Amino acid sequence: MSTTDTTARQSTDVATTISTFTGRYVSLLPTFAAITILIALLVGAELYFGNFLTPRNVSALLLDNAYLMVLAVGMTFVIVTAGIDLSVGSVMAFTGILGASLIASGIPVIIVIPVMLVAGAAIGLLIGVLVQYFNVQPFIASLAGLFLGRGLAYVVSLNSIRVEDPVLVWMRTRIPLGDFYIAPTGIIAIFTVIIGALVMHFTRFGRTVYAVGGSEQSTRLMGLNVARTKVMVYVISGLCGGLAGLLLTAYTGAGYPRNGIGTELDVIAVVVIGGTLLTGGRGYVLGSMIGVFVFGTIKTIISFMGAEQSWTHIIVGVLLLVFVVVQRAIVSRSQQKE
Amino acid sequence: MKIVKHRLFWPAAALVTLLIINTIANPNFARVTLQDGQLYGNPINILRESAPLMLVALGMTLVIATRGIDLSVGAIMAVSGAVALTILDASENPGGLGSVAVAVVVAVLVGLVLGVWNGFLVSVLGIQPIIATLVLMLAGRGVALLITGGFITTVNSAPYKFIATGYLVVLPVAFFIWVAAVVIVSVLERRTALGMLTEAVGINPEASRLAGVRSRGIIWTAYIASGVLAGIAGVIFASNTMAADANSAGYLIELYAILAVVLGGTSLMGGKFSIAGTVIGVMTVQALNSAILFLGVPPAQAPVFFAAVVIIVVLLQSPRVHSYGRSVGQLLGVGVKPTREDKKEVAA
Repeated sequence: MSTTDTTARQSTDVATTISTFTGRYVSLLPTFAAITILIALLVGAELYFGNFLTPRNVSALLLDNAYLMVLAVGMTFVIVTAGIDLSVGSVMAFTGILGASLIASGIPVIIVIPVMLVAGAAIGLLIGVLVQYFNVQPFIASLAGLFLGRGLAYVVSLNSIRVEDPVLVWMRTRIPLGDFYIAPTGIIAIFTVIIGALVMHFTRFGRTVYAVGGSEQSTRLMGLNVARTKVMVYVISGLCGGLAGLLLTAYTGAGYPRNGIGTELDVIAVVVIGGTLLTGGRGYVLGSMIGVFVFGTIKTIISFMGAEQSWTHIIVGVLLLVFVVVQRAIVSRSQQKE
Repeated sequence: MKIVKHRLFWPAAALVTLLIINTIANPNFARVTLQDGQLYGNPINILRESAPLMLVALGMTLVIATRGIDLSVGAIMAVSGAVALTILDASENPGGLGSVAVAVVVAVLVGLVLGVWNGFLVSVLGIQPIIATLVLMLAGRGVALLITGGFITTVNSAPYKFIATGYLVVLPVAFFIWVAAVVIVSVLERRTALGMLTEAVGINPEASRLAGVRSRGIIWTAYIASGVLAGIAGVIFASNTMAADANSAGYLIELYAILAVVLGGTSLMGGKFSIAGTVIGVMTVQALNSAILFLGVPPAQAPVFFAAVVIIVVLLQSPRVHSYGRSVGQLLGVGVKPTREDKKEVAA
């Protein structure tokens, strides 16, 4: 009798612990779900293939998706303010081909790289100004950015341009770390994630980004600078687009105006899978990194199985759906509590 | 002055200006010739080639009126084109009218099913339209690639090719298809209460629900209509190229369709919509496109011009620019009274 009582009490204790935990960290739940899925994917693939979690594969996972990771950091800032940036894929293509063509015409890399970053940030600034000062919806403003970036990429060059510059070649040289290896492109991507996470959580600006996403009106009434913050997130996203253009050009050894078609959708998908709420106010840069790894792992598994790469997008689409439905449930539950 | 106030005045003026500039730049632009009882020339091409965009934009108008957006139309086009050509390819007699009819009907039904799916996500599960349709936008092209097996399926079928390139009386068949679609949608929306209810849902979903409007069904219908129209657009697109290319079919068409709808004066905030405005918007996009080609700009660079158009249009619609315009007007002594709506927008 007493033993059943204890077990019953224990189980209610566990239940309350779980419910307080989920109640307190409700906004972390989607990110935990993403981590769980990532681990399940990696373990499942290792059990299925037997040779999946090799140092080579794990290293490639980071290097193949470095540009996506950088784009995801910028997109997280934008989505947390409840905006959206469709331009990132074409900004990446534009800055990539711009850099390649400048290098091909003999301009030193030390000038070319800042030019690429500034070009990306400039398109971001245009979008941000349209959104903030002219009340254009983020969707439409960044659509203009998408068209502009893609068109300018073709204005720079209609064909791909090879890059032989020693600095960019160095950026893709593999540095062995035991059995693993890493290239400067991967290090840059990781640094971008770290800086993004630090800015989001430990600076005034980062707190304001969350506040704007939570309630723009309240943020304004609190006297925080909403206008500057909203313009800045698009500039950051554009800057990340420029950096991603640099990474992709270094990684592939060429600038190509057709790069990154549809990448904006992949980026939005990985950010959502990583636990950022599209309605704004909640999200984590580190979560987005997990999302990128989920995406990359799915891609690797599919190429391991020798299946059509088109399955990647089908599976990512389904995963996106599941996450959005789960998010929807979480949001409506926390609203009920309020 | 009254005509200037009409909501379609500016979109129509933009289109006419564009056509006049084209004609001045190259008088051959407006030349239409009659050969064997069929009209040829740039204006006729615009009418013919605008069919897929027109159908997609028509559905998009309804979706946008409910405060939604449908990003998946390009993917639906790719799927329906792939379905139609794969059925034709597998049939024993691709040139037969029967197999063409089956292919077209099945392809459009696939569009319908995908539209039902989008509508379900948005109206029943309450997911944001951008994300709900993003799911299909991502997955749809993958499905289309699986249907075609990753190849570009090409088929020879005279009756199927007729859909996009044939002529009826003196004008292209594709032109008649989109005119029919526009007429049917206009009659359904404007001769019944459906259009008004759609606008009600778009203007204030909560208030219209309290007033007894079944918003769920209306939103769902809009996505279904968009899916069906995208399905037909996919059939026409595939018929034009006679090749099911899962990557390029309907590529970026969702964005051009949204642009056309916005150019036509329908606000992305939902509510009031204008089908005539969308028709003008599509014509403008199509005329701009052929003008760019006509001027010898590589087609790949065309997006720069569209970016400029998008920026100009959104700036013209912006309340801040309106208030600048008024202060300039007051300086010049042209008294333009600010309307109540403008005041409200500036205050906000």
